[in-house]
Amino acid sequence: MSNSNENQVPSASQRADALQKALDERKLIPEGFLDDFNVMVTEDWRPENGANVVAKAWLDLEFKTRLLKDGTAACAELGYSGVQGEYIHVLENNPRLQNVVVCTQCSCTAWPILGFPREWYKSPEYRARLVRESRQVLTELGLALPEEVEIRVTDTTAETRFLVLPERPEGTEGWSQEKLAAIVTYESMVGIARVKL
Amino acid sequence: MDGVYDLGGMSGFGEIDIEVNEPVFHEDWEAFAYAAVFLGMGTFNADEYRHAVERIDPTLYLSYSYYERVLAAATTLFVEKGLIPFEDIEQNAAGHVPLARAISKTAGKSILRHTDSFEVGDVVRVRTLHATGHSRAPRYVHGKQGVVTHITPPFRVPDANAHGEEYPAQSTYHVRFDSSELWRDSAEPNTSVVVDLWQMYLEAV
Repeated sequence: MSNSNENQVPSASQRADALQKALDERKLIPEGFLDDFNVMVTEDWRPENGANVVAKAWLDLEFKTRLLKDGTAACAELGYSGVQGEYIHVLENNPRLQNVVVCTQCSCTAWPILGFPREWYKSPEYRARLVRESRQVLTELGLALPEEVEIRVTDTTAETRFLVLPERPEGTEGWSQEKLAAIVTYESMVGIARVKL
Repeated sequence: MDGVYDLGGMSGFGEIDIEVNEPVFHEDWEAFAYAAVFLGMGTFNADEYRHAVERIDPTLYLSYSYYERVLAAATTLFVEKGLIPFEDIEQNAAGHVPLARAISKTAGKSILRHTDSFEVGDVVRVRTLHATGHSRAPRYVHGKQGVVTHITPPFRVPDANAHGEEYPAQSTYHVRFDSSELWRDSAEPNTSVVVDLWQMYLEAV
């Protein structure tokens, strides 16, 4: 080793390269595996999928009924299923209830409909604080709710994966499913925001 | 285990930063780190993976980024399962690569063999578990009472599955706790928390 200071603490990128090289040397990475993984997590699993689910539920009462009864099957109707989407439970907001989802112990998320979780969702700050001071946290994030509105936090501690069904905003009468889906954000489906025009 | 990963309700953390138009990965190595976890499925299971993250040294756990934790857990499991010699990792990295700490010798030995089942609407109390291995009932609900709101189909019990133990699958229960039950006088008004808990974590009140 030529430079002991540099060599003592490899960067995260160097540590990742070290693992990849060790796996490659033993031919443990099948051809195309990394590319297939990247397509799946960046193109197949997207919050736009969840937005389509929400928009359809706003327009189709029978679909919404099925979605609330069996979220897994209703999402699969639209083609959204797979790893971390094996048991989806939908939490419906109303004028007196705001649902918010967290995973205090790691980062559990319904990948097929929400995609990989965002950094803020995985941050120690969100994981530590939300279950204890959800009203304060939502206020800091721009969603100050009156005390008449219950804030119900759901902690993703087992195998159920959650989708918040936000309220449809006023002024969207007559909109198509596509137009509605475009205003449904990742944040609104985790529950830290409402859908706005 | 009563580890640093079990963050729910811990005081002292600051503001939550939200990045606008955040990409799935910020750097290429992050994608590889998670791909390595997918690659390892079959050699190790999801509960073993979660437990490997939990076993990262607590001071490193809080200083690592999310994908550094993923990478450390994946590297640890490939080494522990004998697929890669640790020496190769450090040689390739030209420096020290911290692995997660070893599994507790008592892990998985204290899981409950007989448990009660419950109905929606039942009042239940969470057992005070202090497991030494992988377990998914957060500390902030230990000893607390709540009401069952939903029951799932049976799922593998993580306390057993993370440690190679056979154990029958169990339903989990969505249990709703009033904030005042969890946080006493410091609770905010009209707030509640629902936690998804395996049957063996619960007892009748």
